[in-house]
Formats: sequence, C-alpha cells, structure tokens
Amino acid sequence: MPINQSDIEKVANLAHLDLDEEELKTFGPQITEIINYIEQLNELDTANIEPAIGGLTPEGEKTVTSRPDEITGSIGQKAALEEAPDPAHGHFRVPKVL
Amino acid sequence: MSRQNVEFSITAAERLNETLNAFLEIDREGALRRAEEIEKGGNAGALAGIPVAVKDNLCVKGFQASCGSKILGDYHPPYNATVIERLIKAGAVVIGKTNCDEFAMGSSNENSAFGPVRNPWDTMRVSGGSSGGSATAVAAGIVPVALGSDTGGSVRQPASLCGVVGLKPTYGRNSRYGLVAFASSLDQIGVFAREVEDVARVLGVIAGRDPHDATTAEVPVPDYTASLTGDLKGARLGVSRSLFGKGLDEEVKDSVENVIEVYRELGAEIVDVELPHAKYAIAVYYIIATAEASSNLARFDGVRYGFRAEEAPELRQMYRKTREEGFGPEVKRRIMLGTYVLSAGYYDAYYRKAQQVRTLIENDFLNAFERCDAIITPTAPTPAFALGEKVDDPLAMYLNDIYTVTANLSGNPGISVPCGLSSGRLPIGFQLLGPYWSEPVLFKLAHAYEQARPFTERPPISAS
Repeated sequence: MPINQSDIEKVANLAHLDLDEEELKTFGPQITEIINYIEQLNELDTANIEPAIGGLTPEGEKTVTSRPDEITGSIGQKAALEEAPDPAHGHFRVPKVL
Repeated sequence: MSRQNVEFSITAAERLNETLNAFLEIDREGALRRAEEIEKGGNAGALAGIPVAVKDNLCVKGFQASCGSKILGDYHPPYNATVIERLIKAGAVVIGKTNCDEFAMGSSNENSAFGPVRNPWDTMRVSGGSSGGSATAVAAGIVPVALGSDTGGSVRQPASLCGVVGLKPTYGRNSRYGLVAFASSLDQIGVFAREVEDVARVLGVIAGRDPHDATTAEVPVPDYTASLTGDLKGARLGVSRSLFGKGLDEEVKDSVENVIEVYRELGAEIVDVELPHAKYAIAVYYIIATAEASSNLARFDGVRYGFRAEEAPELRQMYRKTREEGFGPEVKRRIMLGTYVLSAGYYDAYYRKAQQVRTLIENDFLNAFERCDAIITPTAPTPAFALGEKVDDPLAMYLNDIYTVTANLSGNPGISVPCGLSSGRLPIGFQLLGPYWSEPVLFKLAHAYEQARPFTERPPISAS
C-alpha cells in the first residue's frame, strides 16, 4: 500500500516531528518499501496463534517482581534538575502552553 | 599493574581515536585516579584494574551518555547503570564511552551524530553496529573488554565484522537499569572481548536479578568459567540449511561450513534442524522494534534533559522543533514507522500480527532445541562493507541482521566467535544460539572452537 505525503504528515504530527520538505518527500517511498516488505507476514495464517507478550522467558514470567510498598531514596530535586535545559525555581520551565 | 594497564588503554584510545573514532569520551584523569585507588586499596575483585570501554547508551556517573545523538548531546546521567555498579564493585575501571549508532539504531555506526566508527581492519569500511565503537575498541587492542547493547544483533554483528567475541545473553539475564531504552522487549546488554573466557568472566559479574529491572529473572548465576572444559562429547549442534542460501556471501558460507567440520572433528554430533519462520524475523523485528522505539523515544522532548530547540514560543512547537533538530534521519524514520504501525486502524494488521509471528519464531527454537544443544549460523551475511555503501537503502541495511534478530525476538542467548579472514583480510564470524539460560553451553562450545582454531590475526590499526 503506497503511503503518500499526507499520510506522512499525519504520522509526523502524531510523532511530534516537524519534518522538513526533503524528509516529507523521502520518507514516503522509504516507509512504503519497508511496509511492503513487512506485509510478507500476511502469507502466514496466524488466526489461532497467541500473540507473544514480549521478551520474557518462562523463568522471567515466574519471577516475583513486586516489592514492599515502602518509601526509598530518590536522586532529589537538585540532581533531577541539573540536566534540564531551562530549570527555574525548582521546576522545569517550558514555553507557554496555551 | 592496574595503573599501567589503564594508562596503556587510555593512551591507545587517545592515539587511535583520530583514525577510528571509536570513543566519544575518554576520561584520562578520572580513570587513572580510580586505577590508583584500586591498587592502593587492594581491591581483589574478579576484574580488579581491568580497563573497560562502555557504549554511550549506558549510564556511567561522571561520564556523558549521548547515545550517539544530538538530542542528548552532553547529557550527564546522575547515576550508574546496574551493570556498571557491578563492574566497578569487581574492580573494573571505565576509561571511556564508545561511539554507536544513534539510540542503537543501525548496523554500520553511520547513524551516529558524531561520525561513523572505522573498522580497524580497513578504515574505509564500517565497524558494524550499533555497538561499533565497543567492538572496534576491543579489536584494536585498546581495551580487553567492552560493553554494548544488542536489540537486533548490535553486539554480535559488529563483533563479527571486527573479529572479536560478542555475546547477547538470555533476555532477563542482566539488568537494563541505566541502559537508555530502544525496544524494551528486545534490548539486552552484551559483552565484547578477544576471548570467550573473558566474556564468561564479565557476564558472571554483571548478570543476575535486579529489583530496578522487573524483566530480570530469578535464575542463579553459575560460575561461567567452569564450563570451559573443552569436552564436546555428546554435544549436538544444529544446522538449519535454509539459512545458508540466498544472500549469504560465499566466503562467509565456506568459513562457517569449515567451523561445522571442526566441531564434528571435536566430537560434536551435527544434526539438521529447521527454523521455518526465521525468514520472517526481519519483518517482525521492524514492526516490534520501531513500535517500542516510538514509545520509548517520546521522552525526548526538550523538557527534562538534553537539547532544546530555540525560538519556539509555544510548547507543542518546542517539542516538534526539538525532536526534528535533535534526532537524525534513521531515528526519525523508525519513530515514523513505529508510530504508523501503532496508529488507529493498523494495530491489528501490523503489531498484533508481528507478535503472533514472534510466537511462531519462539516455537521454532523450542522445537529445534529438542534435537540439539545449540544452533550454528553465520553472524552476518557478509564481511564488513564499505562506508556509504548502504546508507541510502534502509531495507538493505536492515537485512544485515537477518541471522541475529531471531534471538532477540525469542529471548534466546547468542554468541559470535571469529573464524578467520576473507580473501580481502576482513574478519568473518559464526554465531551459536542456545536455549534460554544456556550461556554455559555456548561458552563451552565457543571456547572449544577457539582452542582448536585460535584467531591470532591482528588488524593493521592496533594498540600494540
């Protein structure tokens, strides 16, 4: 199925990407080619196949991953803000929302 | 000794970096200080004083973690990844952070925002990827050990192209806490070294359950070096003939066929197995990996860390400009593809379908491992290709991972071992895949081959 420029624009919008003209032009054919390749999966009848949940081995699934609901240490406000592009008054500052 | 080893590594890293571009950051002063502390403090850990290079998508306190991306740039994480904590406790000294494809997305290292790594065997060729810097650092003799991450082959493929050993452990074997996530159901941290024994030793240090990563399994960590017995009596090695067909370079094919003969001579029984769904692995991978990546990379929005685009007066514009300017083309392409396959109306056709075929791939392995202890395949279809050769053809680049992605989809462990040079003097590697938690079997098999046919060649660009 060909993916046209308006599809690409729609997806870029969903992905929060402000693609330039060149990317809008090249991504369409490239993604179409990849999608065509991916569609070979349709050769397989998977009607009765359970989808994999992802990654975990049987032993991994059996491993208990819950922990007591207790407060533990954190890196703290100062360290958390240290790498922020625009911290202000103990917060992450962003441009206006509305 | 510690200080001497570390100084040698740092000097070599600095001297060769102009040629190889393997390191994005080298910490001379800090590493020497830590080496001295270890010497004075008498740390007798399993890796005391061993210099280590770490892929730049793993968090090491005091170092940057750029992930090869402009969007993280000089981001300095405030904590250590669990595997790093364990390495440091065992006495290892991190000397630097290695170059990689941006967010570990790529098979050639050409997707790094900081230029490609060059292969020490031929600097006009790729190192492989995405952990190309780590593979190169070990191949050039800069460090004895390096860490990388493997989501579709990103440890094993560059190991093969650079002529070193590279391991992707079983999913859940070690903690990804502090690894910048690409595709969470596929990512594993892997190990590079010249020899199998060193890989085994390092895995013994970093493996095991970690409450910070819920996918780590409660499975005991054995003494992996104890498995290096050289005794292959009764070992059954599976060969899937359909993997030796179209697209496989003749020299790579002959080389891996020779390895199979060596195993036969060493006493292993060779059995035919089938992996009927392996040919669908790349298609499945590029749905699941991109879908997960589009979600994982949503966090890079210019608010909490890293790069923020200037001159965006409104929040959504700031997000969009930051991501457009901060991410490179391959990362954007994968975010787009992942967003597309997850978007309304397509989820069942792509994502659900891919997860169903993933079940079939898992079952292929379960069936195959009823008949054998491990499966042997090539690691990569060709030796290292030329820089620039595949940059304009994403699909051709993706097909590099044809032999490695299956193990990420199913969660099985895999190891790449060098098995000679091509006529153009480029390394060739073979891969062993095993059942869940079979790292001791893989080490035993890989080590036995290594003892029988030691890979003693060294690249022209080398530290010593």
